Amino acid sequence: MVSLNLFIALGIVLFFIGLLGVLIRRNIIIIMISIEIMLNAINIMLVAFNRYKFIENNDGLTYSFFIIAVAAAEASVGLAILIAVYRKRKTVFVNKLNTMSN
Amino acid sequence: MSNNKAVIMNLLPLIPMFPLIGMIINGLIGKFLPKKLVHLIAITALLASFTTSVIVVSKLVGLPEDSRSVSIEIFKWINVGSFGVSFSFTLDQLSSIMLLVVTGIGGLIHVYSVGYMNGDKSYSRFFTYLNLFIFAMLLLVLGSNMLIMFIGWEGVGLASYLLIGFWFEDSANAAAGMKAFIVNRIGDFGFLIGMFILILTIGNLDFNSIKIAVDSGIITGTVATVATMLFFVGAMGKSAQIPLYVWLPDAMAGPTPVSALIHAATMVTAGVYMVVRLNFLFILAPATMTVIALIGAFTAFFAASIALVQNDIKKVLAYSTVSQLGYMFLGVGVGAFGGGILHLVTHAFFKATLFLGAGSVIIGMHHNQDMRNMGGLKKRMPITHWTMLIATIAITGVLPFSGFISKDEIIWRAFASHNTIIPWINYVLWGLGALAAMMTSFYMWRLYYLTFQSGETRLKDHHVVEHIKESPKSMTFALVVLSFFAIVIGWIGLPHLFYHGKGIFNSFHRWLEPLVSESEAKIHVVHNTGLEWTLMIVVSVLVYISFFWARKWYRKEISVNTKIWAEALKPIHTLLYNKYFVDELYYWLIDKLILQFSHKVLWKTIDYIFIDNIIINGLVAGGSKTLGFLVGLFQTGKLQFYAFVMVAAFFFIFYFMTL
Repeated sequence: MVSLNLFIALGIVLFFIGLLGVLIRRNIIIIMISIEIMLNAINIMLVAFNRYKFIENNDGLTYSFFIIAVAAAEASVGLAILIAVYRKRKTVFVNKLNTMSN
Repeated sequence: MSNNKAVIMNLLPLIPMFPLIGMIINGLIGKFLPKKLVHLIAITALLASFTTSVIVVSKLVGLPEDSRSVSIEIFKWINVGSFGVSFSFTLDQLSSIMLLVVTGIGGLIHVYSVGYMNGDKSYSRFFTYLNLFIFAMLLLVLGSNMLIMFIGWEGVGLASYLLIGFWFEDSANAAAGMKAFIVNRIGDFGFLIGMFILILTIGNLDFNSIKIAVDSGIITGTVATVATMLFFVGAMGKSAQIPLYVWLPDAMAGPTPVSALIHAATMVTAGVYMVVRLNFLFILAPATMTVIALIGAFTAFFAASIALVQNDIKKVLAYSTVSQLGYMFLGVGVGAFGGGILHLVTHAFFKATLFLGAGSVIIGMHHNQDMRNMGGLKKRMPITHWTMLIATIAITGVLPFSGFISKDEIIWRAFASHNTIIPWINYVLWGLGALAAMMTSFYMWRLYYLTFQSGETRLKDHHVVEHIKESPKSMTFALVVLSFFAIVIGWIGLPHLFYHGKGIFNSFHRWLEPLVSESEAKIHVVHNTGLEWTLMIVVSVLVYISFFWARKWYRKEISVNTKIWAEALKPIHTLLYNKYFVDELYYWLIDKLILQFSHKVLWKTIDYIFIDNIIINGLVAGGSKTLGFLVGLFQTGKLQFYAFVMVAAFFFIFYFMTL
């Protein structure tokens, strides 16, 4: 059986890839994809911990389902906002959307 | 014996309850009730109160002399940490006297008001206020700690304000009410700080605890001096002493029964009551006692001199009240606490008679108050005339009427009491007291002769003159009862001279003895029977001289002789007629000095230039602008910058937490 550490390492690597994507990329679509990557990194860790440490219950699995559902909802709302923003501003680059500046 | 105590404890809370109920009924639905029912409710409340008072006082007499103090706690009111105040009443020798005076005279004045206020459109409002006043006054005299007393103290002030401005459609009346209220507030400020000092020192406001603290030496002379001075400031306001007496003459704007009840018989004596109630504290402060005696004597003299030349019948009586209150303070100031209270009681009766008589005259004269228009009312208003005559004799101090007995005691004690601070001051006090007694006699006989004698009514309007007639029965009834007491009430405390140690006549002082004897013993009094007789005769002779003087000048039509004198004494006359220009002085102080200072210095300089421009527009505005600019630098509007800061902060915190 594969050791737990490998799953944790995978989770961390995926999370930081996602975080880096959020911080660096300008395109909102890419940023949203990066957020999905971060969420799924957490999902992997939840499921792995559940399988290895708390086999007697299903809390980790339940959480991961919640996260998947919420992420889907969030993605749909986010994309709707994105379309509305694009229609108004004709851009999807966050560095152009700086009307809240000082 | 314990049965007596139980009866008192059961009945005592009822006494202030009756007027409270009367006030609530008349205040809420009095407008819709017929007039008969309105005054029936108010008078029944007072009658019930008076009857209950008579019962509890008679039970108190039944108790042995050393346990004539019954307290009952109605509920615990304030309880914060170590500080506690309970809502409780105490019946003892002093409060029983006040109880009878307040409910007795108050009841008679309620009856009188039925006649006087007949036809007024705010009939129920008047009786509501009167009941409110009686309720507050009863709280004041029954309260067993200073805070309950203070509720009553403020309550009577409120009732007084409402009643002075009763006819508020005339803005002068409303202004007089406000003047009374504001001047009283100045005094109350002193009273409050005095209470705070007591709380700081002994953590309690119970009269009993204060007495215990005094006996055990917790309250030192210095604390006592400061506290009593402040309490006396309160008394100055409420009891109209120099320099806060200015509201009382203006208070005559209210209906006359109010002047009789509040501004002569009961409320204004609250200050004297308070000093006697705290006699054990005041005696610790000889400086305060000296100030009280001096202010009392000076007020007695000063107000009497103003009363000499006033033409408004109620103004004369108002200044006379201020002057008589001065006597009371002179009495308590030289340690004659019993004498002060005796004068309070006798004054309540004869001054109530005088005011009610004046009210009767005013009704008869169709609301003309100028004595120069009166005259010859003896024939037209016989009952009013006779009762006023009795009260006049009583106030001027003619044996055996009540005023003589109480006033003589005060004047004698002013002379005989040794003052430890200024040894010779007793001569000054006696002199002022004797001169004031002389002037009292003059202005009262002047009032009497101008109103009831001296030819025919001088009013020009013959239509009114023909209709001058005696007042209705409800008014004359009160006058007759009060004037009867104006003769006899003094006999409860005849001077020692008259019976040489046989204690039967001296019931008043024996009654108060347990409360005040300890304090009175601390003042050294010269006992010299010959000197006492001499001074008594000297004062009496002065009183008779000014009686004949007033009789000579005012018995007939105002004579040429009088006018010559008035012309010769014009500067003094002007000074007195304008009340020493004290109101003008106060007006100048407030209008010119304080208002101008506030306008020019406080507003234009300090507020406008300093606070507004330098502090607000300069420091505060500049500071927040700079701060806003600095914080604003973070608001780049770049989403990823925000996210970066968030992540960086997270790692920063995470790093320190795992250290």
